[in-house]
Amino acid sequence: MVQIQNVAFGYDAARPVLRDVSLSIPRGSVIGIMGQSGCGKTTLLRIIAAQYLPTAGTARVLDVPTSELDREGLYRMRRRMGMLFQFGALFTDMSVYENVAFPLREHTELPDDLIHDLVMLKLEAVGLRGAAQLMPAELSGGMARRVALARCIALDPQLILYDEPFTGLDPISFGVIVRLIRELNDSLGATSIIVTHDVQEALGVVDYVYFMAAGRVIAQGAPDAIRASEEPFVRQFVNGALEGPVAFHYPAQEYGAELELEGS
Amino acid sequence: MSLAQIREHARGRLERLGNAVTSQVWRWGFASRFLFYMVVHSGTALRRFRLTVAEIYFAGVLSLIIILVSGLFVGMVLALQGYETLQRFGASESLGVLVALSLVRELGPVVAGLLFASRAGSAITAEIGLMKATEQISAMEMMAVDPIARVVAPRFWGGVLSMPLLAALFSAMGIFGGYLVGVQLIGVDPGAFWSQMQAAVDLRNDIMNGVIKSVVFGVAVTWIAVFEGYDAVPTAEGVSRATTRTVVTSSLAILALDFVLTALMFTGGKSA
Repeated sequence: MVQIQNVAFGYDAARPVLRDVSLSIPRGSVIGIMGQSGCGKTTLLRIIAAQYLPTAGTARVLDVPTSELDREGLYRMRRRMGMLFQFGALFTDMSVYENVAFPLREHTELPDDLIHDLVMLKLEAVGLRGAAQLMPAELSGGMARRVALARCIALDPQLILYDEPFTGLDPISFGVIVRLIRELNDSLGATSIIVTHDVQEALGVVDYVYFMAAGRVIAQGAPDAIRASEEPFVRQFVNGALEGPVAFHYPAQEYGAELELEGS
Repeated sequence: MSLAQIREHARGRLERLGNAVTSQVWRWGFASRFLFYMVVHSGTALRRFRLTVAEIYFAGVLSLIIILVSGLFVGMVLALQGYETLQRFGASESLGVLVALSLVRELGPVVAGLLFASRAGSAITAEIGLMKATEQISAMEMMAVDPIARVVAPRFWGGVLSMPLLAALFSAMGIFGGYLVGVQLIGVDPGAFWSQMQAAVDLRNDIMNGVIKSVVFGVAVTWIAVFEGYDAVPTAEGVSRATTRTVVTSSLAILALDFVLTALMFTGGKSA
């Protein structure tokens, strides 16, 4: 479904963000891409979404090399995928109903009553059929994420991308989103990629995990293997430990020298 | 300061100047390509015309209050000032001509354009900039919907169509204000007020030229507004700066274009 081979990427030559990343994502699976902030995982998601093109290597998404796509080809591919943004990215001037109906109106010639049925079907799937007439400003963070999820699956995508879907959610909303990601993936027969740094939570929903650090994949495996991993970085990350290969302190000159203490 | 330091200092300044000029030229090129792309991809805005109608409401109808009230007061002040000068030469019955020509040729398009830039232009920039900052534009792209065709083009055409109508309403309201002060308050003969205006104001040379100005201002203001919004840095500060740039650049563009158009249309007392 998604093949990333030796991909490198940088916003400029001096600052590479991804270095020689390779991964393979089979159809029907839920994959987690994890790592601390700034490790390049969101950039990798944007390469999979063809928002960025790799500076080296190839990214094949839905069996198409993204660097060979023209504008029409890119849009044709994106009609087969959905993306859930970190805070939902709902259209604030449209109601919940109109947000979910948006992709259907833009890409199909379906009559209004059929669009109504489809929108209600999608909202029922995320438990928000009763909120159809609310505006995005009237929704809680968790509800907004669920509406965005309903919009994301409106056209029954084959590939669903999640950019930090758990950020800022209360435990109940979090549980709902986790359950929805798994259920929607299985019922649609889709493939899902979740980019997150909420490790413990994500390990409960994914089939396979890629761990990233400094633009590289440094560990991978099934959730149980990751939990049992002896790799110091993975252990530190999974347990949220202060001590480990990731230093608490940002690199700086000697503390004594900073304070201009004698003898330092 | 040594000669080498002076040379280094001068080189630094030249580099900064060069970078500023290059980035400005690049921005102009980007804005021109943006306009071209937007016009070419205006099919959605024209085919689904209700999208453009919604923007006419947003940019045009919601600007009506400030346009109508300003037009009324500008017309009333013109009548007061005009009467004061005209009566010295015994030409107070030409008050209607003075008010109408001032408004139709100049003040209508220019003042309505400046108000339009402040009210609607800034709102368009802020809206598109915030859509970018909250990833709504990215979400649209990920749904395989072109945001320039779906979001930007309807706003552009909504603004372009609204501006001449607002300028016409501004002028009409100004003439009514001039009538209220000149005829009803000061006592200028209403027959002379209207008949001299009718005789002196030419449809092609005065009214059409005013309409052409307002169309040009509409294109300039709305182009600047949508471009600044789309090009805004997606942060609160970035959107704030873009909104300010829209008002300042649009206002300067209106004044510069007005001078050029006036020079082309009315030079030497002859109409183009």
